[in-house]
Amino acid sequence: MKKKFNCEIDCANCAAKVEEAIAALDGVNDVKVNFMMQKFTLDADEARFDDVLRQAISVGKKIEPDFSVEC
Amino acid sequence: MGAKQKRELNKILLTAALFLCLLLADRLHLAPAIFENRWLSLALYLVPYLLCGAPVLRKALLGIKNRQMFDESFLMTVATVGAFAIGENAEAAAVMLFYQVGEWFQGYAVGRSRRSITELMDIVPESANVERPGGTVETVDPDEVAVGDVLVIRPGERIPVDGTVLSGESLINTAALTGEPVPRAARSGDAVISGCINGDGLLRVRAEKAFEDSAVTRILELVETASEKKSRTESFITRFARYYTPIVVCTAVLLAIFPPLFAGGWATWIYRACAFLVISCPCALVISVPLAFFGGIGAASRGGVLVKGSNYLELMAQVRTLVSDKTGTLTMGDFRVAEVLCAPGVKRGTVLHIAALAEGLSTHPIAQSIREALGERETDLSAVTSVENVSGRGLIASVSGRRILVGSDALLASEGIVCPAVSDNAATVCRVAEDGRYLGAILIRDQVKPEAREAVSALRTQGVDQIIMLTGDRRAAGDAVGRELGVDRICAELLPAGKVAQVEALLAEQKEGKLAFVGDGINDAPVLARSDVGIAMGSLGSDAAIEAADVVIMDDDLRRIASVMGIARRTVAIARQNIVFALAVKLIVLVLSAFGVANMWTAVFADVGVAVLCILNSMRLLTVKRTI
Repeated sequence: MKKKFNCEIDCANCAAKVEEAIAALDGVNDVKVNFMMQKFTLDADEARFDDVLRQAISVGKKIEPDFSVEC
Repeated sequence: MGAKQKRELNKILLTAALFLCLLLADRLHLAPAIFENRWLSLALYLVPYLLCGAPVLRKALLGIKNRQMFDESFLMTVATVGAFAIGENAEAAAVMLFYQVGEWFQGYAVGRSRRSITELMDIVPESANVERPGGTVETVDPDEVAVGDVLVIRPGERIPVDGTVLSGESLINTAALTGEPVPRAARSGDAVISGCINGDGLLRVRAEKAFEDSAVTRILELVETASEKKSRTESFITRFARYYTPIVVCTAVLLAIFPPLFAGGWATWIYRACAFLVISCPCALVISVPLAFFGGIGAASRGGVLVKGSNYLELMAQVRTLVSDKTGTLTMGDFRVAEVLCAPGVKRGTVLHIAALAEGLSTHPIAQSIREALGERETDLSAVTSVENVSGRGLIASVSGRRILVGSDALLASEGIVCPAVSDNAATVCRVAEDGRYLGAILIRDQVKPEAREAVSALRTQGVDQIIMLTGDRRAAGDAVGRELGVDRICAELLPAGKVAQVEALLAEQKEGKLAFVGDGINDAPVLARSDVGIAMGSLGSDAAIEAADVVIMDDDLRRIASVMGIARRTVAIARQNIVFALAVKLIVLVLSAFGVANMWTAVFADVGVAVLCILNSMRLLTVKRTI
């Protein structure tokens, strides 16, 4: 399942770092953190999407404290 | 400006005021007892430093913890801590302050660019009015509309999903999607596209697609993901930054250690090394180059052209060969009676009328164009007793006992009728004879688009030096259109597979620059995919074309190709200017600082000042005026 959210991310480099970290998570098929559009797209297993999403956000926050997602 | 940005700005202004007070007191020797004590002075300058720099320090620590340490925050932290260590307190605080000013400005600039692009892509419908079986109208979210629902669209409302008009009549404004200022008429049976604004009439529309499959969603998706496909320039910068930052840090370390080992003067060399770190920060490039491409894509979409990635925008700037399809791209794709040549004593109307009788109710393009030329008058077909189709030649009909021939020269010749020659090669010639007597010829031609000539010459001024036309049509017809437009080469009588082969041959012989193919997106997906840049025209609402093409021209105005090339060139030029300018300034200041000519203040300019100038340069793309 693929879902798109508005997010807050401060710089292009931060977006790349967060993307890399989330992509490494278990259950994540594809992830995009778009700095220019401030969009966060997560493609993850349908069954545990919410779980993966929560995990992704917390990993993102750990790398970039300014990263936040509007759910 | 968002709430967060306002908060940041206030913090920066407060810090700046505090810092200025300290600096004045320091430099004017108002309180020598305090400022000459190194520790007291450090404590004082640490207040504004921490006030604005705390997030930077935190990020630098986080970077080290996550083992991704070589970033801007790290450079700034090391440089400022180093400056504090050698007692240059004012400089350290100033560097952090200016760095934060630069960061704030970047955030502001990107925010503005983002807004100006989302504004021009402001095509998302907010609600839909669904007519329920009982006749009540319910307002729902567009994504709750089901296929088959009947929607009521009131004057001034945005069409929520793609659909077909059931009743009502109105003019629809498609400007937000196509850049085309003239509204389109919509009547019962017409397809309407989501995102367009309804004019004065009330429309009832049957939803043909769900919101997520409608044009509006697909277009937004394209624009949003376009910035994810990086141009070569952007990838170069990313790669460059990856090597550049560690190299500079190492150089700075060497600069701080080696010269003083032999010559002494630790403080001086550490100061120089700190300046080095500040100058070297790559943020001017890292932000301004993608911003330029982002702006270029935005400017193109404002002009009704969707560019599906920064890479395609970059390729558009290098196009030297343009290959175009003929029918439907350079020509209107509809056939019309251009001329009626009558035998002596025969009226134009008679020739058309007799031809129309024989053609009957045929849906062949030639039959349709003849009926159209005849006007609204109904043709009474009751007198037509038989029609025989002579394959590839024409028709033989019996009308009220008269024998009528409509077709090629060969058809008439087979009955022993001699036709006068027609000099027009481009047209399809349809001869008409009645009872062995030649009546005249109807010349049917596809119309060249009125703006095509202008578009061709505009392409030449954009540096396209070869324009090639491909067509499946007869050579004579192709040549006529080609000559009229002034294209360089015409490849006629090609089958669809022949077009791919032709483009492949052209790609092979292409020495410099790129090859773009323009088509109407119907049947030419393989060619679109094979060429360097595939451009689809007039594809508003056509899924296949949007899928296959790299650049999508929303209406069918050919001049937009040249205008998007212009935007592409400007984008690439601005990105290059930024790279050259930033690297040149940084290199010069780096050398100066290594020799001790440039101080920390110059270093701050080389970092923040250059970043701001580059961003302003990139933002020029947002002001590109619409030309069509």
